[in-house]
Amino acid sequence: MLKRHRRIKLEYERFSRLNRGLHIFTILTFITLAMTGLTLKFSYTSWAVILSHLFGGFESAGFFHRFAAFIMIAVFVIHLADVVRIKIKTKESWKNMVFGPGSMFFNKKDLQDLRDSLKWFLGRGERPQYGRWTYWEKFDYIAVFWGMMVIGSTGLTLWFPEFFTKFLPGWFLNVATIIHSDEALLAVGFIFTVHFFNTHLRPEKFPMDTVIFSGRIPLEEFKLDRPEEYQKMVESGELEKHLVEPYQPIVIRSIRIFGTVALLSGLSIVIWIIYAMIFVYR
Amino acid sequence: MLRGFRILHARQKRFKFYLNRFTVLQHILFIAVALISQLCPVQVYAQSNKDCLECHSYKTLEGVRNGHKISVFVSSKEFDTSVHNALTCVECHTDLDMKKIPHRNTFTPVQCGDCHRVPLQQFRESLHDKVLQDGGDLAPNCQTCHGSHNIKPIADPESNVRPIKVPGLCGSCHHEGTEVSERYDIPQDQILENYSESMHGEGLLRKGLTVSATCVSCHTPHRILPHTDPRSTISKLNISKTCSQCHSEIERVHQKVIRGQLWEKEPHNIPVCVDCHQPHKVRKSFYTQGISDQDCLKCHAEADIKSSVDGHSLTVDRMKIMSSRHAETACSQCHINVDPRRSRPCETLKDPVDCSICHEAVGTDYQMSIHGKLHAQNDKNAPNCKECHGSHEVKGKADPRSPIFPTNIPDLCGTCHRLGESAAVRYMGTEQNIVSDYSESIHGKGLLKSGLTVTATCTNCHTAHKEMPASDPNSSVNPAHISDTCGSCHLGIEEKFLKSVHSPLVTKTDATLPVCSTCHTAHTISRTDLSNFKLKIMTQCGKCHEAITETYFDTYHGKVSQLGYTKTAKCYDCHGSHDILPPNDPESRLSHKNVVETCKQCHPNANRQFAGYLTHATHHDPKKYPILFWTFWGMTSLLVFTFVIAGLHTLLWLPRSFTWKRDLKQRLEIIERAQEREDEEEDNREKSHHEEN
Repeated sequence: MLKRHRRIKLEYERFSRLNRGLHIFTILTFITLAMTGLTLKFSYTSWAVILSHLFGGFESAGFFHRFAAFIMIAVFVIHLADVVRIKIKTKESWKNMVFGPGSMFFNKKDLQDLRDSLKWFLGRGERPQYGRWTYWEKFDYIAVFWGMMVIGSTGLTLWFPEFFTKFLPGWFLNVATIIHSDEALLAVGFIFTVHFFNTHLRPEKFPMDTVIFSGRIPLEEFKLDRPEEYQKMVESGELEKHLVEPYQPIVIRSIRIFGTVALLSGLSIVIWIIYAMIFVYR
Repeated sequence: MLRGFRILHARQKRFKFYLNRFTVLQHILFIAVALISQLCPVQVYAQSNKDCLECHSYKTLEGVRNGHKISVFVSSKEFDTSVHNALTCVECHTDLDMKKIPHRNTFTPVQCGDCHRVPLQQFRESLHDKVLQDGGDLAPNCQTCHGSHNIKPIADPESNVRPIKVPGLCGSCHHEGTEVSERYDIPQDQILENYSESMHGEGLLRKGLTVSATCVSCHTPHRILPHTDPRSTISKLNISKTCSQCHSEIERVHQKVIRGQLWEKEPHNIPVCVDCHQPHKVRKSFYTQGISDQDCLKCHAEADIKSSVDGHSLTVDRMKIMSSRHAETACSQCHINVDPRRSRPCETLKDPVDCSICHEAVGTDYQMSIHGKLHAQNDKNAPNCKECHGSHEVKGKADPRSPIFPTNIPDLCGTCHRLGESAAVRYMGTEQNIVSDYSESIHGKGLLKSGLTVTATCTNCHTAHKEMPASDPNSSVNPAHISDTCGSCHLGIEEKFLKSVHSPLVTKTDATLPVCSTCHTAHTISRTDLSNFKLKIMTQCGKCHEAITETYFDTYHGKVSQLGYTKTAKCYDCHGSHDILPPNDPESRLSHKNVVETCKQCHPNANRQFAGYLTHATHHDPKKYPILFWTFWGMTSLLVFTFVIAGLHTLLWLPRSFTWKRDLKQRLEIIERAQEREDEEEDNREKSHHEEN
C-alpha cells in the first residue's frame, strides 16, 4: 500500500475548475460561431452550402450563431465577475490587479521574454524563464477582449439592425458587416493556427496540451516549462497548495478525444478558409 | 261530261279516262252527229273561230289521231280566256283545208315555234326534244306542259306553268313509280319529295313565295339538259351562275370557300354549290352526298385498291370519315376536279387535296409559316395539313382522340422536334431539349400531369399554323411579340410590363431589352414560387445587370441566396418583377416615398435610416463606397499584420521547439531515474528495518 502510494506523482494545478469550464464553453461556442458565420462569409463555396444545410438551413444556422454568441458573452461576463470576485477576495487594488505580477496584461518582463525568446529561437541564448503567463498567452487573452468588443458590438448591430439604425446610418450596417466578418476571420485564423501551434501543436506538446482541460501538469514538467512560476511558488511556500493527484486515465482519454475533435474542427475550418481564399475568392 | 283536252294529266291517263267514261250511249250519239254532218256539207270560206266552233263546241265530237279516237271538242269559254283568244284557229292550225267540211282527220300538229321561235330553239336542244325525236312517246311537247286551247297568261291562277304549279307539272312525270322514272335512268331520285322538303320547295309550296326556285329556275323551262352536258345550266361549270341568278351576292358569304373571284374565274378548281348544297335537297344545313360518296366507295372501299403510280393504298375507310369532322363532307368536296361524265370520275384528279379551299385563312397562315415555306420548297420534312390533322380521320381539337387535342400536341410536335428527330437536327439554337423541357415546365406539368387543357401547349405560343422562327419579325415568339403572346393568357401582366423600365415603350435603347422568356425561359418555365426559379432569377437579372448582381452577392441577402435559401430579398422583392421602375420614379418601389415600405415587407420595424442600408455594397470600389473600401483595407491590414508577426514568431519557434522537446525528454528521464533510485533506496531501508524487527 505504502509503496504504491509513494509512486503516485502529484501534479501542479495551473487552472481553476471555473476557468477550465469557461474554456470548454469558449471552444464550443467559438467553433459554432466560426462554422455558422463562415457559411455566410464564404457562401460561394460548396462547403458553405453543405455546412449551412447541416446546420438546418441559414435560419437555423443563424439561430445557432446567435445562441453561441449569447453563451460566449455569458462566458465573458462570468469571467469578468470572477475577476471581480478574486479582487474582493484578495483585497488587491485595481492597479495591482492590472499591473501586478499575476496580471494578464503586458509588463516589462514580457518584453524581456520576447527579446530572449527571439534570441533562443535563433540559438543565441537559453530558453527564457517563462512565468505564470507567457507573452503569447497574454496576447491571446487580450485578443479575446478586443475580439469580444469588436465582433460582439458589430454582431449586435447586425442582430438588431432595425433598432440600431434608429441612431446609426444605414450604411453603418455595411461597415459593421465588414468589420464583423474580417475580425472574425482574424480571430478564427489566429486561434486555429497560431494559438493551436503555440499551445498544442508545438512538438513538445504535440498533439495537444491537456492542461487547459485537466488543469494539471506533471510537477517535473512544470518546473522545466515555467521555471519562474515554480521558483515563485517554492519561495512563497504555496507550491504544496497547488499539488493535486492526477485524474483517472479515463478522464484523460475523454479530454484527449474532446481536444482532438476540437483541434480537427479548427484545422478543417482553416483548410476551408484557405481553399476559399485561394481558389474561389471573389 | 267530256272535260276536253285538259293536259294536266299524262297522256296515258287521258286515254284511260276516255275509255272508261265513254259510254255506249255517248258512242251512239256521237256516230249519229257524225253521219248528219256528212250528209249535210256546208261550204265555209272565211274561216272564223265561230265557224270552227260550230262543230268543235260539241263535247262529243271525236277525231282520230294515230289510229286512236280522240275528242276534238274545243271549249269556247276556255279559249276566250286564253292568251291566244285574239288569234283565229287557223292561225295555229295552218294546214287545214276548210273547203271540205268536215275537214280531214289528220293534219300536222300545231307548230308553236312558228311564233315562239326562241323557246322552240331552246326546246330543240333539250333532252325532252331529243327523246321526242327518237320516237320516245313519253317525252313532252309544248302542249304537255302549256296545254292547247286553254293556255293562260303566266300570272293567271289557272295557268299550268305558274311557279306554284311547276313542281306538280314536272313531277307528274318525274316522281317515283311513273313510267318515266322506270324507263329512264335519272341520277336523282325522290325528286318531287326532296324538292317539297327543301328550302326552295318549302318556300314555294308552304309559304307561297312565288319567287322561290322551282324546277325551271335551275333546269330552264325549255332547254333542259342532263348535268353531264357542259351546256347545261346544272353542269358543274354553270351551276354557280345558275344559283347566283337568285343568290346574287352569295360569294360574299362564301368568301372562305371561293376566295373571292375564284368561283367565277376557275369554277373547276373549287367545289360548286351542289357539292355542298345538294340539288333538290337544298337546305340551310349541308346534306351528305350519299350517292356521290357511294360512287367513290364502289372502288375505294376495297381493301386492296392501290395507286397505279406509286402503289400506295387508296382504300378509304368509310367509318373513319363518318367519325371525322368531315362526316358531312362529300368526297368530291375535297377531291375536286372529278368529272362525273367519265366512268371513272376520279380520272381527272390532278392535285392533292387543298384544304385551304374551305380553310382559307388557315391556308394563308400556313403559307407564311416555316412549315409552309419549306413545304413550298418541296422539303420532305416539312409537314402539311394532313401530317398533323390526318386525312380522312381528321378530328377537331376538342376531340381527345385527335392528334391536335391539347394534351396530344407536345407529342405531335415532338415527332419532328424531339431531340434527334428531323426538325431538331436542323435546329442550331439553344432550345435543344424542347419536348422534355416543356414536359417538366409549369405548362407541361399543368397539361400533362394535371390535365389542364387550357394550359399553354406548343401552339399557344407558336400558333397552330403560322409558326415561324423566333428570329422572324412576324413570329409570335419574336422578342417584339412575346409579351403579346404570353399576355394572351397572362392577362394584366403584360400591361404592367409595358409600363415598366424593361418595356421598349418606356426605355429607348439599342441594347436588348428583356422579354418574358428572358427571365422565365422559353420551354423550362417553372413555378415562380418555387426556390428553383427564385434562385435562378438572379442569374437572369445578372445576365444584363452583371456588376450590380456581383455586389448583391457581397451583402447578406445575396450571400444567403447563394447558399440556396430563398427567404432573403432577391432582385424582384425590392425592384418588383413585371412592374420594375427606375428608383427615381416616384412610383418605384425604391423611390424615397416607397422604399421604407418595401423594406417593411420583411423587416416590419424598418425605418428611414434602415433603408439606407447599401443592398449592393462592395468594398472594392473606393470611389462609390470609400468608407467600405477603407474599412475593408483597414481590417485586412490588421489581419495581414497580425498573421505576419505571429506567423514569423511561430516559424522561428518551430525548429527550436524540436530541440527543446529532446532536452525536456532527457531532463525528465534523468529526474525519473533519480527518483527511481531514491525509491529503491528507501525500499531497501524499509526492508532492512523490517528484517531487524
